[in-house]
Amino acid sequence: MSATGIGAAVRRKEDFRFITGKGQYTDDVTRPGETRAIFVRSPHAHAKIKNIDVSEARRMPGVIDVLTGSDLAGDKIGNLICGWMVHSKDGSPMKMAPHPALAAGKVNHVGDAVAVVIAESVLLGKDAAEKVKVDYEVLPAVVDPAQAKTGPQIHDLAPKNTIYEWSLGDAKATEAAFAAAKHVTKLDFINNRLAPNAMEPRAALAEYDAGTDQLTLWNTSQNPHVARLVISAFVGIAPEHKLRVIAPDVGGGFGSKIFIYPEEVVCLWASRRVRRPVKWTSERTEAFLTDAHGRDHVTHAELALDANGKILALRAHTIANLGAYMSTFSSSVPTYLYATLLSGQYDIPQIYCEVDAVYTNTVPVDAYRGAGRPEATFVVERLVEVAAREMGLEPPELRRRNFIKSFPHQTPVIMAYDAGDYHASLKKAMELADVKGFAKRKRDAARHGKLRGLGYSTYIEACGIAPSQAVGSLGAGVGLWESAEVRVNPTGSVEVLTGSHAHGQGHETTFAQLVSERLGIPFENVSIVHGDTDKVQFGMGTYGSRSGAVGMSAIVKALDKVEAKAKKVAAHMLEAAEGDIEFKDGKFTVAGTDKSAAWGDVALNAYIAHKFSGQELEPGLKETSFYDPTNFTFPAGCHICEIEIDRETGKTEIVNWIAVDDFGTVINPMIVEGQVHGGIAQGVGQALLEGVVYDKEGQLVTGSLMDYSMPHAHDLPSFKVETTETKAPSNPLGMKGCGEAGAIAAPAAVINAITDAIGTEELAMPATANAVWSALQRATPRVAA
Amino acid sequence: MPSVSMTVNGKPVTGDVEARTLLVQFLRENLRLTGTHVGCDTSQCGACVIHIDGIAAKSCTTLALQCEGAKITTIEGLAEANGPLHPMQEAFREHHGLQCGFCTPGMIMAALDIVRRRGNDLDEHTIREQLDGNLCRCTGYHNIVKAIQAGAKAMAAGAPTAQAAE
Repeated sequence: MSATGIGAAVRRKEDFRFITGKGQYTDDVTRPGETRAIFVRSPHAHAKIKNIDVSEARRMPGVIDVLTGSDLAGDKIGNLICGWMVHSKDGSPMKMAPHPALAAGKVNHVGDAVAVVIAESVLLGKDAAEKVKVDYEVLPAVVDPAQAKTGPQIHDLAPKNTIYEWSLGDAKATEAAFAAAKHVTKLDFINNRLAPNAMEPRAALAEYDAGTDQLTLWNTSQNPHVARLVISAFVGIAPEHKLRVIAPDVGGGFGSKIFIYPEEVVCLWASRRVRRPVKWTSERTEAFLTDAHGRDHVTHAELALDANGKILALRAHTIANLGAYMSTFSSSVPTYLYATLLSGQYDIPQIYCEVDAVYTNTVPVDAYRGAGRPEATFVVERLVEVAAREMGLEPPELRRRNFIKSFPHQTPVIMAYDAGDYHASLKKAMELADVKGFAKRKRDAARHGKLRGLGYSTYIEACGIAPSQAVGSLGAGVGLWESAEVRVNPTGSVEVLTGSHAHGQGHETTFAQLVSERLGIPFENVSIVHGDTDKVQFGMGTYGSRSGAVGMSAIVKALDKVEAKAKKVAAHMLEAAEGDIEFKDGKFTVAGTDKSAAWGDVALNAYIAHKFSGQELEPGLKETSFYDPTNFTFPAGCHICEIEIDRETGKTEIVNWIAVDDFGTVINPMIVEGQVHGGIAQGVGQALLEGVVYDKEGQLVTGSLMDYSMPHAHDLPSFKVETTETKAPSNPLGMKGCGEAGAIAAPAAVINAITDAIGTEELAMPATANAVWSALQRATPRVAA
Repeated sequence: MPSVSMTVNGKPVTGDVEARTLLVQFLRENLRLTGTHVGCDTSQCGACVIHIDGIAAKSCTTLALQCEGAKITTIEGLAEANGPLHPMQEAFREHHGLQCGFCTPGMIMAALDIVRRRGNDLDEHTIREQLDGNLCRCTGYHNIVKAIQAGAKAMAAGAPTAQAAE
């Protein structure tokens, strides 16, 4: 292994600009004549707009224009869309309600945009926005997904606020398996609603060039090409070739920056109307009111087992809250990214899952780190843990009895697992966690008035999203391949243009490691270009832990083509047959001779084209690949969480965290560990601290970082992170993906640990000190026993 | 509009601002020093931390006019152009203390203030408690804590502790 090749903990190329304040995030970009957009937002969860009076706002100093939904409709700007068609059990298509970028006659959640002020500055724009008079007729609202079907109707086309009633699996066979079971474990779950809170708030800067009729959008996006496609083909702002989308440095995404939002549409539209650049930068409160939230499931689930603890079947019914409108990929999250993972790491003969997706008067809900898979893992890992406790088995033993041991393994819920070793990760994690010493630690803790608990989470996820044909058959409106272009310059340095997008993942480093190792050229001689539709060929972007397994596979395929072409050039240079040319460590050699050509000489000769004729070979050295995966990848592992609870206050302290993950091939262990740390932190946040709260009228109670509890440094421990490795057979590097594992594994590990300590399973997330203390009061007799 | 004068990263600057202009707006919009970030509107996240007369402050909660005559240091002022990085910057890179980079300038400026107040020999518990005013969504803090511990040590070991611009 070279110092900068695959497997090396190379320090990141991108860091210099970030540690010196030279990053260029969207809000850092400024254009001559720039104006600022300030949105007027609904203070009501559900209301008819009787009238909007913008006359006084228009007269305020520094105001250039004030626009409303009727202006948007007048310019025939189309609605935002959800790009994944899900059908109900009865075959009917999902009920996608219109989602205009500025409300048309009715608002459906607090924060719904009603009008926009375009002003010379943020401060002047805010002054004017206060003068926009909106006359509302307030309607009753519904916020609880469990009440949605009987609540006030939000959209005319969706009776009972129901978007779809979907199912997966064999209901009858599952019922029969339950009828034959010796033991059934039943649990009710609320998977708490989360606000993603990337530290960089969303922003958009749009500029219209009247000379070329060209629009440019700088945008906080995880997938700029998809943004361009949707804004062009569905919203109809501009033809695709007249719209450039640039996602520069992006300060975290976690899913929330995948989606196409009203604000970027309005900035583009307004910039053409006012003929000046228009910038909008979200404030944190606006982020809470408009960024797509995550999770928000209400679930009842049951697990059927035989007398020996062998799982016979699993069934679940979930109500998924999709909020006031269907966000870009919202339909897929509680269906194909959730129910398909309900087999976990276990051989479960029958699984049946029903999902009802509903509208409520809340912010739209869509993918957030893990997207469906944390919800599935929580269901499976809580059921398994509780089943073990009920049956008097050690939780790891019940898991071992049910682990899938041979591959490929076809689950009853679509997925075909291709590789893994679940015993290995469990065994290693148990050793690192010193499970044998836990009983003593528990006794020691009790002497100090503390309750100590140990919780497992043996999770699986489906990453490497995704084979296009497969997802197309399930309703996806796009293909989920990835692209790469490898441009070799005449001096031998290399640019890789990738359709993946980095917003913290370190692609400029890891992708360069791959190229450096493969071509035998210095790491410093490789640049990674991403996030600009004018530079990069079409790409699908970064989410679902796909940039390694899919994005880097595309680079490998393009490198294969580069090598093949370079060998032809070398053959002409060395006057040898192409088949005799070998390429190793940056050198082309004629097999069995000492005749060779260095990488840089071959690159130069490809461009000067003096050694071959145009009939023999095209000049140049640049190749493109569009790589479509043949299967999902299946990262899996075991996290063990050990906690202590103060009996008097209910406060939980995480005292030890072990993560053993199988991500297949690891390119840069430093970056992979960082991804795991961050994922665990978000999962612990969900388990202990975070929860979006609406009151009954649909007012957002947790609308700022004072009210919504994001994990601080002192809420978290240091983590012990290790890996095991089985290669993913479906891609050339054997990579599986690591970005979401922590967020998927962690919530169940934490709650399993706390419930182990307090002796009751009745504990909802977030398990705040108050929640744990209350649960302890209810559980006192069991704890005392 | 009133005028305000201060020294930013060693250079005297003057600007006309509305009375309600925040220091962070003055830095970012008037001076185009965009390394200082705004991540919230309630003084929770710390992406905007800078130093006023050598002491960490949140520039999102400070009026520009309050800083008349003050010496301000931002992330851009920690290392000389073309000079070596400040040891705390270097430590964040060495220990992978950043991912998306958005909270990083505030983290580094806050870390230097922890060193000023608590010295160069910092234990993990102290660092975690002292980071209460800074949020990161990417790293889970694990590597930020390591970076601050190492950066503080490096500062004691002879690397320059005085900020380049002061």
